[in-house]
Amino acid sequence: MNFLAVIGRVVFSFLQAAGRLAIFASTAISHIISPPFYPRALMRQMITIGYYSLPVVGLTALFTGAALALNIYEGGSRFNAESALPSIVVIGIVRELGPVLCGLIVAGRVSASMAAELGTMRVTEQIDAMATLSTDPFKYLITPRILATTLMMPLMLVIVSDTIGVFGGFLIATTKLGFNPGPYISTTMDFLENIDIIASLTKAAVFGFFISLMGCYHGFYSRGGAQGVGVSTTNAVVSACILILLSNYIVTEMFFAS
Amino acid sequence: MTGKTDIIPKISLKGLHKQFGNKVVLDHVDLDVMPGESMVIIGGSGSGKSVTLKCILGLLHPESGSIKVDGKETVGLTGKARKQVQKKFGMLFQGAALFDSLPVWENVAFGLLAERKVGREEAKEIAIEKLRRVGLGPDVADLSPAELSGGMQKRVGLARAIADEPEIIFFDEPTTGLDPIMADVINELIVECVKDVGATALTITHDMSSVRKIADKVAMIYEGNIIWTGEKDNIDHCGNAYVEQFIHGSAEGPIQMALLKA
Repeated sequence: MNFLAVIGRVVFSFLQAAGRLAIFASTAISHIISPPFYPRALMRQMITIGYYSLPVVGLTALFTGAALALNIYEGGSRFNAESALPSIVVIGIVRELGPVLCGLIVAGRVSASMAAELGTMRVTEQIDAMATLSTDPFKYLITPRILATTLMMPLMLVIVSDTIGVFGGFLIATTKLGFNPGPYISTTMDFLENIDIIASLTKAAVFGFFISLMGCYHGFYSRGGAQGVGVSTTNAVVSACILILLSNYIVTEMFFAS
Repeated sequence: MTGKTDIIPKISLKGLHKQFGNKVVLDHVDLDVMPGESMVIIGGSGSGKSVTLKCILGLLHPESGSIKVDGKETVGLTGKARKQVQKKFGMLFQGAALFDSLPVWENVAFGLLAERKVGREEAKEIAIEKLRRVGLGPDVADLSPAELSGGMQKRVGLARAIADEPEIIFFDEPTTGLDPIMADVINELIVECVKDVGATALTITHDMSSVRKIADKVAMIYEGNIIWTGEKDNIDHCGNAYVEQFIHGSAEGPIQMALLKA
């Protein structure tokens, strides 16, 4: 009987959390189209999330592309398929590694920062103070962050991640593995299809939404001082990473399952 | 019949009840604050002072009871209707609650910039004037809140509270964490600013020197009930054992006995 009660409590609290998250997400989306708008807050978030994430995203993509090229060359040489390197690098990076690694890196950087900042604002009454100044904290703090991340992921970060990732593979292939630059680029362009780019950017937008949603949700409902903010930050990053990996599979299935 | 009884209270609480789980924090609180009056609610930690304030501000929702501002019910208001009520309010938080991502002047002018869409140059001028009003120079305007001392943060918080010239100003433990001299400076600023703006003030505190400086009327809250209300001048001879114990800060008395029983 007690065991059943425990299961019931777990299921109930899970459904409660899921419901609260769904309401939070739908409120955030509805505020995107309803005034007042805060373009200055949106621009500030776009710069913080997009521009300042570029170095870490670029470095990650460069080394991933380079390592991928080495692995494919070595693995392909076992059955004389080294020449498939450019096509596998471009498809691997654009469809999968570019958006996913970029998402995970941005989750670590942005989701954690949002949860910590909003959590601190919550426990130091800054969010309450905003409400007393006739400003809806949801509109001023949450909506610009979610909109900025959902836009900057596909429009800046994943485009850069894909491009630099492919370039990393190109760099290693042409300087170390003996590929000629011209044929490498033309093979890459031949194998890259519009659907690959569309899938990559779709993933980026979905990941961006989840990254900011988790950061904002956990930060906004922080409780209990410094320890509570720490817990919120951890939960934000972990849940964002899980949602990225889960949604990555779903979007891949939608685009490429035959 | 004419006189004070005909005046609509600026804030009127009737039967206000709030609980968190099984813990009753406000147990049918009744309180009237008249226009232009400075009401101070005193009481120990956990007695329900902050919850009362947060219910009036709309930050917490009471289980039952009525909160009227200028005679209009505010419980359950949302959206634009809530915003209209909020525009009447200014608030100085216990820890000042300044936005640490914004410079001091943007903190002071936050309501003007975000809601009234005042231009940045004009808003900065207004902010500098409000800072001057609380004894801070223009050199402070571009600093970050983290660069200010506790007393200066409280002054900036006060400047922010009066920036939009509200009709009602709330003060949450305005002198907590300040040395006695700075506490007195803040108390004097509160009195001056409230008088200048012509606002009604509602303060919660357990600092008796604040009470004596800024109150017109005093209410004492104990275990979620208002147990005494009266003029400031009557507080020393009110004959209420709880109030007398509290204002003398005595370890002996009914409040301690109640705690021991619990």
